[in-house]
Amino acid sequence: MAEALRFHYEVDGDNFTSAGAASVEVKRKLRQLGFDAELIRRVSIAMYEGEINMVVHARGGSADVYVDKDCVTIILADRGPGIPDIDLAMQEGYSTAPDNIRALGFGAGMGLPNMKRYTDEMKIETVLKQGTTVTMKVYINHTKQTEKGTSEEGK
Amino acid sequence: MKQYKHSVSLDLEKCKGCTNCLKRCPTEAIRIRDGHAVINSDVCIDCGECIRRCPYQAKKANFDHFEDIDDKRYRIALPAPSFYGQFVDLDDVDYVLQGLLDIGFDDVFEVARAAEIITEYTRRYMREENIGYPVINSACPAVVRLITLRFPYLCDHVIPMMPPIELAGKIAREEALKKHPELKPEDVAVVFISPCPAKASYVKNGFLGEKSHVDYVVSMSDIYFKLISVMKKNVAPKAVSQSGMIGMSWASTGGEASALFNDKYLAADGIENVIHVLDEIETGHFPMLQFVELNACPGGCVGGVATVENPYIARVRLQALRRYLPVSQNRLEKDDSEGYPEEILFPKDLEYRPVGKFDEDLTTAMQKMSEIEGLAASLPALDCGSCGAPTCRAFAEDVVLGGRSIDECIVYMRERIQTLVKCPGEE
Repeated sequence: MAEALRFHYEVDGDNFTSAGAASVEVKRKLRQLGFDAELIRRVSIAMYEGEINMVVHARGGSADVYVDKDCVTIILADRGPGIPDIDLAMQEGYSTAPDNIRALGFGAGMGLPNMKRYTDEMKIETVLKQGTTVTMKVYINHTKQTEKGTSEEGK
Repeated sequence: MKQYKHSVSLDLEKCKGCTNCLKRCPTEAIRIRDGHAVINSDVCIDCGECIRRCPYQAKKANFDHFEDIDDKRYRIALPAPSFYGQFVDLDDVDYVLQGLLDIGFDDVFEVARAAEIITEYTRRYMREENIGYPVINSACPAVVRLITLRFPYLCDHVIPMMPPIELAGKIAREEALKKHPELKPEDVAVVFISPCPAKASYVKNGFLGEKSHVDYVVSMSDIYFKLISVMKKNVAPKAVSQSGMIGMSWASTGGEASALFNDKYLAADGIENVIHVLDEIETGHFPMLQFVELNACPGGCVGGVATVENPYIARVRLQALRRYLPVSQNRLEKDDSEGYPEEILFPKDLEYRPVGKFDEDLTTAMQKMSEIEGLAASLPALDCGSCGAPTCRAFAEDVVLGGRSIDECIVYMRERIQTLVKCPGEE
């Protein structure tokens, strides 16, 4: 059995306009590997939301994506402030994004909920003032049905 | 899968094998082989970017020629709205239409008219429930082809409605047959006057597989030079334009979108910007958007490679030309306030046709990807293009998937030669 593929990206926290670049790159690779459209979309949205979170809250971090025969694993690690109350952060509409970020159309409080919705497993490890690591898994064969159309409902 | 027919070709004599088009092709469809460019037709979207970039005019757009169209047929000219922006000191579109009749066309049907009809149908479509936002326009064939090749999830966001060129061809033919009952359908030749090669490819490949209502596509610059010699300002034209502000504004980016009276839109042009926007939409970046107008050429259709005039000049000319026109001259019947005829819809769903898949088998594809990643990491990352591939990454793919030799990387070769030369001296 072939080893898992690993793709590593540094997410630049100082450059807001490049946020999302890693998920576009991952999307391209998954397309080349021949995955179906739905899986590609779920991975790229979950990863995109995570990338934006790292840029907005933690001045960047790193993204590692592992692909093996069964699943795509996304590990996003930052050295940001940590999440004081994960349950609260998971609530739709809850956001601590500053006003200047909201002015760009972000900060709708849908980041973490969307990441959970589009993946099969999500684990958050966080230590205040030290950082957060989010691990997400999307299984290749049993595709979780996400409601089409609701995905664009904001983040 | 049927081979896609293209309208961009190469003049081998003129091509120097330089890296200008190689580096700018948005889909990485070009490689340099044996000293000249080679276009991969599976990936080419006919955007015309290579024609724009080539310093040696080695890339050409292939069009039909007016002279080759049998003059016994009833020839109908379909000028694109962008055509009107090509003429210096033009104050009335009627002169252009008259000119088309004077050079030998039997009739004229303005694509701007069809654009006004499509605008109204689009407004109706946008009012429907359960449509996937954002709705993406279907007018630019280069963009539609790009979406089918690279944006699986956006295929069903493209409005499933004929582009104006197609509707114009359909109505023009129907009207001609009504006006001249003696004509048989095959006696009519519908000729689109095009700003770009993508439209020529569109007609060759048909409207989602069905034969297009347009029979020939001629180049705008070709017709322009025929027309300026016959257009006379002192003779009042008999032809009468029937397009309004909306139809004419489709020529530039933003014209189509702003006519929908819905401010939740984005209008972008230039193929690289278009790709960027599509990537962002696919990732759910713009949840507020309802309509997206994308045009492959800079400035919109006025920026097509077969136009004559600078796109920004043409844009302003069109603004002046439409200033005193009615908003639209092609309103739909009032009592038919909802819906649209079945016949203007896509005959089938827009289908995702992935290209560049490494292998049908996932394990094999992963092995190849792993090899490519490893090789790409060892390449110089200069993206110099000397090997004939646009980037080091693309070269790594060519080596692993296409059997190219690593020795074609000149940086790699230089290092190898240096170690070979050094070794004996060190001993």
